[in-house]
Amino acid sequence: MYDLIIFLILMSLGYGFGRVAEKRHYKSILERETALNRIPAIVLRLPPPSLKPQNTELVMGSVVISIDYFKRIAAGLRSLVGGRMMSYESLLDRARREAVLRMKEQADALGANMVFNIKMETASISKGRKNKIGSVEVLAYGTAIIPVAVPIQQL
Amino acid sequence: MLLTNLEIVPGRAVSQHLGLVQGNSVRAKHVGRDIMASLKNIFGGELRGYTELLQESREEAVSRMVEQAEMAGANAVLNIRFSTSSVTQGAAELYAYGTAVILD
Repeated sequence: MYDLIIFLILMSLGYGFGRVAEKRHYKSILERETALNRIPAIVLRLPPPSLKPQNTELVMGSVVISIDYFKRIAAGLRSLVGGRMMSYESLLDRARREAVLRMKEQADALGANMVFNIKMETASISKGRKNKIGSVEVLAYGTAIIPVAVPIQQL
Repeated sequence: MLLTNLEIVPGRAVSQHLGLVQGNSVRAKHVGRDIMASLKNIFGGELRGYTELLQESREEAVSRMVEQAEMAGANAVLNIRFSTSSVTQGAAELYAYGTAVILD
């Protein structure tokens, strides 16, 4: 009986807090994405040869994010019948966008105007824990292209 | 030491290839962070402790790679890649590798 009560409390806590946290996170992601739109993240392997000599710098952003209790249970039920796991889709979407944003923020701090050769890397860091922790790590990295200030007499 | 994950450096030529350099770091999380993480597992959201931990160990992997490149006499590492794997319960391995070169 107590187990059931604890389970229900955890479910409702997860549902309430998880929803609020996700909404807030999406809001902040959207805001920062619009703000950082001026730094394009480009997945091309090489910058165009027409690009004049520039400074480059390795930039990366990473985030570890966890799913809430309610969604984990929902995903567990979903895995019985198969189909799209919406709860994990939004988790990974948030993680990727957050990682890219952090990378761009780092590039912005360096004064870069674009980031080339973006690579993404996803890892579930707590495998083998009886499925206790549903958390993923996403790393995004790339090379920031920083324009060199040309001295006036050289122009 | 110039680090990049591009295969070239815009405007500079590679004069000598020195081969693969690599660095890794395996770290476990401490109990306090683990407890915080299990709380977060109820509410959902970012596990800041883990993010920091992985960032620190990634930096360490990179610095080991740079050390190796310095020993080989390189002045740049090109085409850097990262990889993460969970080797055992509660620990993660961060691995960084790239090609050490001398740029002129």
